[in-house]
Amino acid sequence: MVLEGTVWKFGDNIDTDVIIPAPYLVTTDMGELGKHCMEGVDATFSQKVQPGDIIVAGKNFGCGSSREHAPMAIKGVGIACVIAESFARIFFRNAFNMGLPIFESTGVFQGIRDGDRVSVDQDTGEIIDHTIGKRFFANPIPPFMQELIEAGGLMPYILKKKVHVNP
Amino acid sequence: MPQTITEKILAAHAGRDTVVPGELITVRIDMALANDITAPIAIDLFEKSDEASVFDPEKIALVPDHFVPNKDVRSAIQVQAMRNFARKYHIKHFFELGEMGIEHVLLPERGLVLPGDVVIGADSHTCTYGALGAFATGVGSTDIAAAMITGEIWFKVPESIKLVYHGQRRKWVTGKDLILYTIGDIGVDGATYKAMEFAGDVINALPMADRMTMANMAIEAGAKSGIISPDEITLDYIKPRAKRSFKCYTSDPDATYAEVRTYDVSDIEPQVAFPHLPENTRSISSVDRIPIDQVVIGSCTNGRIDDLRLAARVLNGRTIDSNVRLIIVPATPTIYRQAMAEGLLEIFLSAKGIVSPPTCGPCLGGFMGILGPGERAVATTNRNFVGRMGHPSSEVYLANPAVAAASAVLGRIGSPEEL
Repeated sequence: MVLEGTVWKFGDNIDTDVIIPAPYLVTTDMGELGKHCMEGVDATFSQKVQPGDIIVAGKNFGCGSSREHAPMAIKGVGIACVIAESFARIFFRNAFNMGLPIFESTGVFQGIRDGDRVSVDQDTGEIIDHTIGKRFFANPIPPFMQELIEAGGLMPYILKKKVHVNP
Repeated sequence: MPQTITEKILAAHAGRDTVVPGELITVRIDMALANDITAPIAIDLFEKSDEASVFDPEKIALVPDHFVPNKDVRSAIQVQAMRNFARKYHIKHFFELGEMGIEHVLLPERGLVLPGDVVIGADSHTCTYGALGAFATGVGSTDIAAAMITGEIWFKVPESIKLVYHGQRRKWVTGKDLILYTIGDIGVDGATYKAMEFAGDVINALPMADRMTMANMAIEAGAKSGIISPDEITLDYIKPRAKRSFKCYTSDPDATYAEVRTYDVSDIEPQVAFPHLPENTRSISSVDRIPIDQVVIGSCTNGRIDDLRLAARVLNGRTIDSNVRLIIVPATPTIYRQAMAEGLLEIFLSAKGIVSPPTCGPCLGGFMGILGPGERAVATTNRNFVGRMGHPSSEVYLANPAVAAASAVLGRIGSPEEL
């Protein structure tokens, strides 16, 4: 499947407190969390973004708290996927577990500009910046994590397998 | 095959003799933890799974500590969901107000996490328990929902970085300063995906509270976990608390590390992390005169009795600057009572500080001391991101409890030596 959208660019070390500030962590509603997505760095982000748009960021995206509300807010505001130089590990895990596509790719932060039109082939990992005609490749996703994606996230995956330690 | 403490614990919980970094494994867990922000998502997912019971009602801890005492109706609803879930599934370790404390101080205090355990928590500072010689790491709510069903979790076995500290700690230099200095050295993503193993003479002599502060902030360098091999100091802490058996692991001398770094702490001064990243550290002597509005002493990083004693030592017989608000948050009811018995609360109140009930509130800008536009705080907490404690234009400077207390008196960031 190919995702295509307009790029919103952010820098290094975008933390979970700016992705979704703590005062909004009183709901589990994805749409409502989405209204406050990125409020810590851009107060009007949720009003400007279009469904299917793509976030491109530098290194260590999603550092900080374990709040799953962060990938939920990004999904809730309509972002199709996040491409970054690197991700913080809990955010990386959460994104896979709850079904937000993310791609790690070296050079995207330098290469891709704010507002460019970008597509990502989820199967091959090929990232194309159509505005400037540049091509990047995402780091391959480990087979186990591909299984998670195919199952629709961690919960459907474990419920399908039904592995109990203390049956 | 020589292995690190982290590899040994993970192998034992995967039913294997050995594991190697990079491998994906499934391990059995000894404790799964969630709080009033992260539990509601896990509870929703669990309920939707139609499971009749949790894998083990004694191996789940639900601690409503972030927005408790409930700051508003919506946070009250989140805690109601936890309370109802705990009753329905007979969760043994649900902590109601009065018993509740800040999770990462409370669980070790109650003996619920022990050496050799695998602990997962839907809270990034779960890595604190590595100070006891456990493998402990922060995960998301979905991981907790899945673990409540299966009693297991998948991990990529992390590489380890060994951080060796030797030399003589200077006056006022605590575990907080050692970890801030280390994060300043390796950066906020310096240990991403890795286990930080703290070792050396200085660590061997470090009190339990300081060890917990260090392991607590491993996440601020991006680490999966922080860990210290258990020793006599660990056992003195654990033995009166443990109600089940546990196993102490240590790294083999020839174990493989991704990196080994050695620090001579004799050169390290108390550290201050400037906005807006914990890696922006400076030595206290190189900090200019920066006026402040608020000081917070508490949190899962520095809300233990040792931290309150240190703050009281600085504040005793002094009054804070009239332009500063001082909020002190004992991390658990036991610590609160101990501080009262030792006369520390009297010192704090006489200094014109206030003492809050146990809560995470101010650390994450939840409630109980939100910063207004442009305000500056010195906090003994763990993060100084944009807007972390309030308005996006406010600033947080991270420091140890002695520096925080001295700053409250001085009205600016400063050292106890200046008093």
